[in-house]
Order: sequence, then C-alpha cells, then structure tokens
Amino acid sequence: MIQSIVDGILTGAIISLGAIGLTMVMHMLRFANFAYAELLAIGAYAALVFDALFAGLLPVLDTAFKPLTLTAALALATIIAMVITGASAVVIDWLVFKRIRAKADALSMVFASFGVALIVRNVLTLIFGHKAQLYSNDIAFAVVLSRDPLLLIKPDQVFVLVAALALMGLFHLVLTRTTFGYALRAVAENPALAQVSGVRLSAMITAVWMIGGGLSAAAGVFYALTNHLSPVLGHNFLLPVFAATIVGGIGSVHGAVLGGFIVGIASGLALMVLPSGYAPAMPFVIILAVLLVRPHGLFGEDHS
Amino acid sequence: MSAVLTVSALEAGYVRDLPILRQVNVSVEHASLTVIIGPNGAGKSTLIKAIAGLVPVSAGRVVLDGADITGIRPDQMGALGLAYVPQTDNIFRHLSIRENLALVLRRVEDRAARLDELYALFPPLAGKHKDRAGSLSGGQRQMLAVAMALATRPRVVLMDEPSAGLSPKIAAEVLDLARSLTGQGVTVLLVEQNVKQALRVADHCYILAEGRNQLDGPAAAILSDPLVGEIYLGGKRVGAA
Amino acid sequence: MIGMISYLAFFATMAGILAIVVLGLNLQWGYTGLFNGGVVAFFGAGAYGTMLLGGRPELGQFGGYEWPFVFALAGGVVLAALIAWIVGMLTLRLRHDYLAIATFGVAVAFESVTRNAEWLTGGAKGLRGFPRPLEAAIGNNFAYGLFFLGMVLVVLGAVYWGLQRLVHSPYGRALRAIREDETAARSLGKNPARLRLQSFVIGSAIMGVAGGLYVAFYAFVSPQDLAPILTFQVWAMLIVGGAGNNRGAVLGAFLIWGAWTASGFALSKFAPQAMQLYTGSIQYILIGTVIVGMLLWRPQGLLPERIVTRFTKTAAKAGPTSKGAI
Ligand SMILES: Nc1ncnc2c1ncn2[C@@H]1O[C@H](COP(=O)(O)OP(=O)(O)O)[C@@H](O)[C@H]1O
Ligand SMILES: [Mg+2]
Repeated sequence: MIQSIVDGILTGAIISLGAIGLTMVMHMLRFANFAYAELLAIGAYAALVFDALFAGLLPVLDTAFKPLTLTAALALATIIAMVITGASAVVIDWLVFKRIRAKADALSMVFASFGVALIVRNVLTLIFGHKAQLYSNDIAFAVVLSRDPLLLIKPDQVFVLVAALALMGLFHLVLTRTTFGYALRAVAENPALAQVSGVRLSAMITAVWMIGGGLSAAAGVFYALTNHLSPVLGHNFLLPVFAATIVGGIGSVHGAVLGGFIVGIASGLALMVLPSGYAPAMPFVIILAVLLVRPHGLFGEDHS
Repeated sequence: MSAVLTVSALEAGYVRDLPILRQVNVSVEHASLTVIIGPNGAGKSTLIKAIAGLVPVSAGRVVLDGADITGIRPDQMGALGLAYVPQTDNIFRHLSIRENLALVLRRVEDRAARLDELYALFPPLAGKHKDRAGSLSGGQRQMLAVAMALATRPRVVLMDEPSAGLSPKIAAEVLDLARSLTGQGVTVLLVEQNVKQALRVADHCYILAEGRNQLDGPAAAILSDPLVGEIYLGGKRVGAA
Repeated sequence: MIGMISYLAFFATMAGILAIVVLGLNLQWGYTGLFNGGVVAFFGAGAYGTMLLGGRPELGQFGGYEWPFVFALAGGVVLAALIAWIVGMLTLRLRHDYLAIATFGVAVAFESVTRNAEWLTGGAKGLRGFPRPLEAAIGNNFAYGLFFLGMVLVVLGAVYWGLQRLVHSPYGRALRAIREDETAARSLGKNPARLRLQSFVIGSAIMGVAGGLYVAFYAFVSPQDLAPILTFQVWAMLIVGGAGNNRGAVLGAFLIWGAWTASGFALSKFAPQAMQLYTGSIQYILIGTVIVGMLLWRPQGLLPERIVTRFTKTAAKAGPTSKGAI
C-alpha cells in the first residue's frame, strides 16, 4: 500500500512535468496534441546522445554522484536535451501545425498530430533501435526505508522527485512573479485581449512550445533514469499525460500538476488489485471517471 | 483641427467574401470625443475591432496620424499610441488587478511609478490590487479595463460600450471620464448604446446601420434632429449587443 | 494462375473489409466532423464479439456458442455500438478533443483487455476455431475464397448504398450542418448532441461489421490483428480518398492497402538482413508521412467532397482560438 503510493507519487511527478506543457498547448492552440508525449522520448534520447558525448570527451564528468547513478555528464546532457527538445517542438510546429492551423480546423490538427507522433516514434526506433537502454549500467541499489510495511526506494527516485518538484516550483514562480508569466496566463485566458494588451501571440506560442518541450525532456530523462529508455517511452506516457490534463482541467497548469499526481497514485493503487497488464488502461478509466463526475476537471472552465 | 484617426471606405468581416462593414468612413478630430451609435448588429464593434486589427480588412484604409495602420497586428497598437477597451471580456479575470495592469505595462521602464499613478487615478483599484480581477463588481471591472487602456498613455482610445450593464450613476461617471480624457489631449472614439447620455458628452456623432454610414454630424445637431430622435432616442433602449 | 487469382481474391477481401471500416469512419469524420482515435477498438469489438458468439467452444474459455454467423455478427456489431454509445454519451457534449482522447483511450483499454483477460479473450494467443459461413457446403478452398470475396463485396456495396442514402437525406444534411456550424444548426432546431451520438454509433457499428467479417475470414483473432497501426491505416485511407466522399473512401482503402502490401513485400524482399527488424518502422513512417503530407498539401483528398465545400473557419484567420474573441 505505502509502496504503491510512493511509486505512484514518483510516476505522478513525471506525468505532471509532461502534462504542464500539454495543457498549455491544448488550451492555447485548441487541439489535442497526440504528438506531444513524443517530446519525452526526444528529450530522453537527446540526453542519451549528449551524455555519451560528454562522458567520451571529458571522462571526469562520467563519475556518478553517489549514491545516485546520475553523472555530471548526464546532468549537463539533460539541460541540453531540454533546449533541443523545446527547439524540436518549435520546429515541428513550424513545419506542420502552424501551416495546418492557418488553413484548416482543429480536427485536422489532431489528425496531423497522430501522424507526427507516428513519424517521430519510428524515426527514433530506426536511429536507436527497439531495445531498451539505460543511462548507466551501475546497479542502483534500493534503500530499505522500512521493513514493515516494506518500503523500498532508490536514491535516483528521490532525486527525480526533488528535481521534478523544483522545476515545477520554478515554473510556478515564473507564472506568478514575472510579467512574462502574466502574459502566458493572459494568453491562456483570453488570447484576443492579450494581443490587445500588447502580447505577441506568435511569440507566446513559441515560448509555450519551448517550455513544454523543456519540461517534457526533463520528464523523459527522469523516467529513463529510474526505469529505462525505449522508443515507446513517449507513447506509453501519452494517455497518462492526457488524463492529467483532463483531471486538472484543460488550460490549468496547477490542475495539470495535481492531475499528474492523482493519475500516478490512482494507477499505483489500482494495480494493487488488478494485474499489471492493465496498467496502460488505468488513465483511461480515470478519464472516464472524470468525464462522468466533473467533465471540466478540477480547475477547468466550460469550453464545450 | 485635424483628423487624428480616419477610416475610409472600409470593408471588413469575419468570413471571407462576407463583409460586415461596407464603405464605412469615419474621421476623428484631435482631442475630441466621437461617438458611434446604431442598432444592435450594425457593425459598431466590428468597426472598432477592424481598426484594432482583430478583424481582417478586405478593402479601405485606416490612417492614424497620417500613417497607414490598416490591418496592424493587435499587439502593435500600444506602440502606435492606440488603446482599445473591448465591449466584453475586457479584463483577465484570473489575474490580480496588479497583474492585469503590470501586464499592460510590461515594456514600460518605470512600471512601479506608473502603477502608483494609476492607483491614484482609480482609488478603488488600489485597495484591491491583490484580488483576482474576476472578483470585482461590474463598475470596478470597467474601471480596470479603462485603467489598462490608459496605462500606456495612449493618444487615441477606442471604447466599445464602456457603460453597458452599469447603473445609471456609474454609467454617467464612465462617460464623464471619457469626456475628461479629451481635456488632456487624448482622442476618444466611443461606441455607445446610452445614446442620449453619450450625445451629451460627445463632440461628434456617427450613426451606423447594417454596416454602412447612415448619418453624421455634431453631437448637438444629432441630439436635436427630430428624425434621429424618433428612431434612436424614443425612450426605447436597444438591448446591449 | 489459380495461385495468382487466389492471391488477388485474398488481397481484395482484406481491402474490401478495410473499405467498410473506412466508410464507417467517413460517416463520423467526413460527414459529421467527429474524431475517432480508436478505430481499431470498434473493429476489434466486432471481431471479438463475433468470435465469442459464433466460435467453437473451448475448455475454460468464455464464449464459443456457435451461433449462426449472421447472429454472431449482429452480436459483435451490437458490442461495437454499445462501446461507441458509452464513449459518445460521455464526450460528445464536450470539446471535440475529449472524443479524440477518449476514443484513443478506448483503443488502449481494449488492447489491455484482449491481452490480459485470458478467460474472455484468450490473451495474447487469441481465439481460434470459427465455423466459417457455408465453408462445409462449398468445400473447395479456392472457390470458398472467391465466395468470401463476393460476400465482402456485397456487404461493402450494401453499406455504401445505405450510407449514400443516409448522407443525401435530410438527416445527412443535418449532420453536415452541425459539422460546419453547430450554433446555426441548433438554431434551426437540430439537436447536435443527439445527431452526433447517432452518427458516431452508426459509424462504429459499421466498423464492427468489418471486424466480424475479418474474424470469419481468418477464423482467428488475437491482439496482433488489432495493432494500433490499423487506426492509422484507416485514417490514411480516408484522407487519401477524400473525407466526405464515400467513393473516395473506398478508393482510398484499396489504394493504401495496395501500397501497404506492396511496400511490405518490397521491404521484406530487398531490405538488407540487418534492416529486417525495422521494416515495420519504415512502413509506419510512410503512413505517418502520407497523413501529414495529405493534410498539408491536399487536405481534400483525391476525390473531394462535392456537395458543400468547407469554408475555412474565421478562427483560423482571427487567431488560433476563437474563445474570448472580444
Ligand atoms: N465573431 C464573429 N463572427 C462572425 N460574425 C460576427 C462575429 N461578431 C459579430 N458578428 C456579426 O457581425 C455583425 C455586426 O456585429 P457587431 O459589430 O458586434 O454589431 P454591434 O456592435 O453594432 O452590435 C452582426 O451581424 C454579427 O452577427
Ligand atoms: Mg457591439
């Protein structure tokens, strides 16, 4: 029970990071972006590449911060991966979404996003192979926090939780303490009025893709660090991040954060009674439950 | 006297090949208050939005101080000295009052000082500056919307029915405020449904119907025009758009 | 020669079954503007439903009632329609994205069930043993192949005819009216939520018909048959053929299925040994590229919709969203 909750919190933190950008993009551009979760995979693989590069160029960077398996090389690689992933999101928008946005309806955007997801996932497969990979081959020993009830946790997991919370806290400060943050919130609430108030919409769209891409990359790295990395990483997170945005209410950043934890913990608890094969379906059950009880989510407004 | 803002032969609409405005001409003198009246659906809001760059213009020109600003990006308005108070949804409800104002003042050097000036100008806002704008009363919301428009010291202000939905007393205050702006050299283009009151404070008046100019002239003349009186001032207030 | 004809019949049977799915999707997406992100689940519901009711009994396995094919098929169709009805009820009043997400979720959940609920679905190994309609009477394999093709084409023709009637009736015009302008349609006294739900359920039921035929054709169904790529293939067929045009939908099904089969064949034959594991990925990239490319360069498809041309929504020009337009 406790173990399930702790594991759920860890997964939840990763889902939350992924869902923040998605909820903003979905709200601002008004379409369900099924390619979004592929940003997690892009980020995780970008970090893999740069980790190897840094470790190769400067072997000193390749020692782990004990007891973590995280190395300085990977930490640096993650930061670069965040930038690269944000830039990829912007480029994909320019190449595909922006052009479709200009002439077609939102439904075509959803449709295109599925196509983009398929392309990204399989290009990653072609480049990196089907096989699961790890950042570090060091064995990460779990620490026994308690024997009764049994509670195991790996140092990397603690790091991931702290780092994820730190990133979310930072973004919260940006949203609530800077005029850039006000502008983001203004565009989310009323794009036309935001423009009239001097906010350039295209710049905000770019900013949201950059932020969403960056946070997603971190989420991807964090997942890969505590589990493993494979081309289906993004696809596996797709339904959970959507569930988090729906639970929180589309457009609500704080809702997405809370939604991520709810989805993580609820899935963890459900799997105590259900076989683990049903794990992929859990977010769907949560989505149905929310649609039944509170269709606009915890913090969402009526956008029907 | 010279025209600060001129709209000539403007055609604009929301859907391609379906203009709402046809051949609309408006000319606004420096530091004057010009009011646009007309029945519901006449295209008054559309005209203001077209000037602000929020509705695509298919023909005609908008000229501000001699410069062609037809089809500007709405976010460039501020830089041109143009401000716009929309008819509805004219504040960010989820942002605090201070955040609403700070957003508009994003690019202003001395933001804190300007905020203080605005609070002095609109004392009720000062006391509530940390509250969410959505919690304000109707009159205070309108006050905030006007404060946001004035924050960047525009030379020309477009206001779309600023008195709609307010009590008669507060509506009169809003119109007086609009009038007082002209005393400070600000040019105001106002859309109003409170025709009588608006005409009392206005210098010039345009009547729009079905997307076309119907009549225009000095406000006093319009106010005393028997025909206009019959159609627009007959005591029957047309429902707010 | 017989081998060739037999292969062509096999190919055409599959393409015909897929064309039925595409027609179902066309009703939803092409005529009503509803997004279905889980085509495979409705196809799968038809397939598993038909199998459970019409299959042969097996020890420790639910189902296997050996119902006559037509009744088993009807049961499968009802299952597909039921799932569509539940999802539709929950989402169709909300923003269109919810339907997209929920249907995608249905597909994921459906796959979970087929893989894990062994007592019901046979798990990963699937369900086998289905008395194919009239197989005993016809006997000869080659003749049966042709017979089955004929049956599929008859069903395809019937669905096509029915849909043509439907979309050209006042009902079909109401659907398109809702797709184009919901507010206007409502003001004309249409009930958009109900019409959408009906269209979604009928479209999904048609996909269920195709699933039932598929099971009868292979006498076997497993999660492998219901890979998520099926949804993408069906979309690609519709968008290539032309959404909102039933002839286009059928044309697209045959074209894309031909291209898919040919590319699979070419890759398995000519790709180097080391690449053989990745031919699937290459095909997926091709499908993704077809979808995105069509949307970018020829969104109306090969055979565009003829009755009404969609006008571009104002929102596209006025800004990315229309909400809060002041
Ligand atoms: N966002 C919009 N999309 C399409 N048509 C609109 C929109 N807003 C207003 N209209 C139409 O434009 C016409 C003029 O509306 P508007 O300018 O708001 O009138 P007024 O402000 O004079 O009452 C009306 O027929 C209205 O239906
Ligand atoms: Mg108006």
